Amino acid sequence: MSYGILIVSHVEQIAQGVPKLLKQIAPDIAITFAGGTDDHEIGTSLDKITAALEDNSATEILAFYDLGSAKMNLEMAGEFSTKPVHLYDTALIEGAYVAASLLQAGVDLPEIEKQLELLQIKGDG
Amino acid sequence: MELTVETLTTWMNTFEAKINAKKAYLSELDTPIGDGDHGNNMARGMRAVTEALATKKPADLTTGLKLVAMSLISKVGGAAGPLYGTAFLEMAKKSNTTADLSELLNAAVLGIKQRGGADLGDKTMVDVWEVVVPKYTAGQLTVEKIAQAVEATKELVAKRGRASYLGERSVGHLDPGAVSSGYLFDALLETEADLK
Repeated sequence: MSYGILIVSHVEQIAQGVPKLLKQIAPDIAITFAGGTDDHEIGTSLDKITAALEDNSATEILAFYDLGSAKMNLEMAGEFSTKPVHLYDTALIEGAYVAASLLQAGVDLPEIEKQLELLQIKGDG
Repeated sequence: MELTVETLTTWMNTFEAKINAKKAYLSELDTPIGDGDHGNNMARGMRAVTEALATKKPADLTTGLKLVAMSLISKVGGAAGPLYGTAFLEMAKKSNTTADLSELLNAAVLGIKQRGGADLGDKTMVDVWEVVVPKYTAGQLTVEKIAQAVEATKELVAKRGRASYLGERSVGHLDPGAVSSGYLFDALLETEADLK
């Protein structure tokens, strides 16, 4: 089993940019992203998220998102997919950064989740 | 009433016409307390819905409801996509055992609440669905009652969605998702009236 990271943002450039930051400290971790709608507008797309989920070479995914509809689309993509998806309500960049650095260091999931809990800033919004 | 592919199609065509007529108004409502795109998003989604129903000609109700759901989920773009999409997906699931619209709508309400995590009074589309569906079930739904439910969102403080970041500043604005949901139920009443 391997863990990968999925970044979902309303804006394409944010979704593209976060993995660049993560790759610096986690070169061996599979990171994919989905940003914007199918028409390259601001929003999220279930199709893009599903593609990013399936394209990720890892067998289990830690997912980070920016705002509400990204979370709902991520949840739906997870329900439609056979790959387990863990969704974190952390600040997008900080949460993904912590997860990436700990995955690279070989830390196990429960320990990573303990660290992510401290960065939780949204949950029911 | 018993929902059929034909009545579903009429309902969706009527809803699309209302969304198109109010597209600018819905986006305008969404501007002070959201991201200003609800009208355009819903119009794009409903165009996909009516096109899919017209071209794919679903053979049965479950297929028709699924087609509506998937069109909304993939084309709306904003939070309304997964929320309306889930509503119709839950109706599709329920339609395997019943075509009774009251039962289908009750399943839809549960789906919306679960997907978005909103409850009554959070200033969302739930404030329309949860008030209107029981009235529909009781055979007492009127356009006035729909309008009342929509209007009641004006004085609420938003607890969910983009508007919740504004807190108290969201008071005094109608919730755009509640307004578009109102059109969905207006369209339903018109569809039923046409059948009589």
